[in-house]
Amino acid sequence: MWAFFHKLASPKHFYRITGSWIPWLWAVTLLFMIPGLYLGLWVAPPDYQQGDSFRIMYVHVPAAWMSLFIYVFMAVTGGIGLIWNMKMADIMAASSAPVGASFTFLALVTGAIWGKPMWGTWWVWDARLTSELILLFLYLGYIALHSAIDDPRTAARAAAILAIVGSVNIPIIHYSVEWWNTLHQGPTVTRLDKPAIHPSMLWPLLLMAGAFQVYFFTVLLMRARSELLWRERRARWVRELFGNSAGTTVSNTQSNSDKAVT
Amino acid sequence: MTPRQRRMVWVSLIVVGVSIATFLALAAFQKNLLYFYTPSQIASGEAPTGYAFRVGGLVENGSVKRDPGSLAVRFTLTDGAARVTVFYDDILPDLFREGQGIIAIGQLQPDGLFKASQVLAKHDENYMPPEVADALKKSGKMPPVDEFKGEAR
Repeated sequence: MWAFFHKLASPKHFYRITGSWIPWLWAVTLLFMIPGLYLGLWVAPPDYQQGDSFRIMYVHVPAAWMSLFIYVFMAVTGGIGLIWNMKMADIMAASSAPVGASFTFLALVTGAIWGKPMWGTWWVWDARLTSELILLFLYLGYIALHSAIDDPRTAARAAAILAIVGSVNIPIIHYSVEWWNTLHQGPTVTRLDKPAIHPSMLWPLLLMAGAFQVYFFTVLLMRARSELLWRERRARWVRELFGNSAGTTVSNTQSNSDKAVT
Repeated sequence: MTPRQRRMVWVSLIVVGVSIATFLALAAFQKNLLYFYTPSQIASGEAPTGYAFRVGGLVENGSVKRDPGSLAVRFTLTDGAARVTVFYDDILPDLFREGQGIIAIGQLQPDGLFKASQVLAKHDENYMPPEVADALKKSGKMPPVDEFKGEAR
C-alpha cells in the first residue's frame, strides 16, 4: 500500500499510472450524473413550497459542497508539500484551485438564480453568502499568488501558506447558518439527525454529489498530468515519452544541467 | 528537531494562531454579523432605533391585512415569544404566505410599527412533495419551523 503511494509521488510513475484511470473516471462520473439528473429533473416530485424551482439545488448544493471540499484538499496537499517538500503535492494543490474556484462561482450563481424568485433578491450580505464569496476570493488569490512567483518552490510555499491560513473560512461557511441569523436556510442533509428532505428528493442529490466528486478527481488528474509534463518538460523521461524529436529543439546542452535540478 | 518536524510545528502554529485570531475577531463582530433581529430582541430593546435594520420571524396566521386599493399590506411577525407589526407597500415575494418565515428591512417607528422598505422570504431546510406535506399536516406531524424560535443562533 505505502509502496504504491510512494510510487504515485514520483512524477514519472504518477504520469504512467494515472493515464489509464482517466477514461474509467469519466465513465463513473457519467454513471452517477445521468441517473442523478434524470431522477432529479423528471422523477423527483415538486417541493410543497417551492414547486419546481427547488430542482436547482441538484447543481447548487453539490457545487457548494465541492467548493468546500476542494479548498480543504488544497490546504491539506499544500501542507503536505510544505512539510515533506513533495513536488507532486504542490502540483495537486495548484491544479485543483481553478476547479474549486469554478465550483464556488457556480454555487454563487445558481444560488442567486434560486434566490431571486424564492427570497425576492439576487444577493444579500448575510454570513453564509458573504463567507462563500470570500472563499471565491481566496481561490482567486491563491491562483494569482501561485502564478505571480516565478520560482516554483517559492511559489508552492507561499501559495500553501495562503491555502492553510484561508482554511479557517471553511468551518465559518459551514456553520454560518447555525451561528448567526442568516437569510440562507440551515443545513438539510449534513446534520446530526435525519436529513430534512424526502428520500425521493434526497437520492438524486446524493447521486449528483457523487458525480461532482468523481468529476473533480477526473479533471484534477487531467490537469495535474499536463502541469506535470510542463514542469518536467526538460527531464529525460518526458523527452523519451514524446520521442527525442520534440525535445531536441529545446537544445541538448540544457538537458544535462537540468537533470541535476529535478 | 529535524527540519521536517520544525516545518510541522510551523504549519500547526499557523493553523492554531489564525484560528484563535479569527475566533476573537468573530466574537468581537458577533452583533454586526447578525443578519436580522428577532421580535423578542426588539421587545427587549436590543434592536437599534433611528436607523434601518432587519427583523425576521414567521408571518402570524390570520394577521395579513391588505389595503383593497393599493399594494399596502400589514402583518404580524412572531418568533413564538414576541411579535412585531410590519407595514409594507410594495410587491411581496412568491413565498410570502401566512406561517412562512420572512425577513423585513426597514425602520422601527416610535409607535412600535415596523415600516419595511423590502420584504424577503426565508425558506426553511425542509423539502418534501406536496402530498407528503398534506399528510403530515393532517396527522399534525409537520416538522416545526424552528428558524425563528428562541435566542439568536
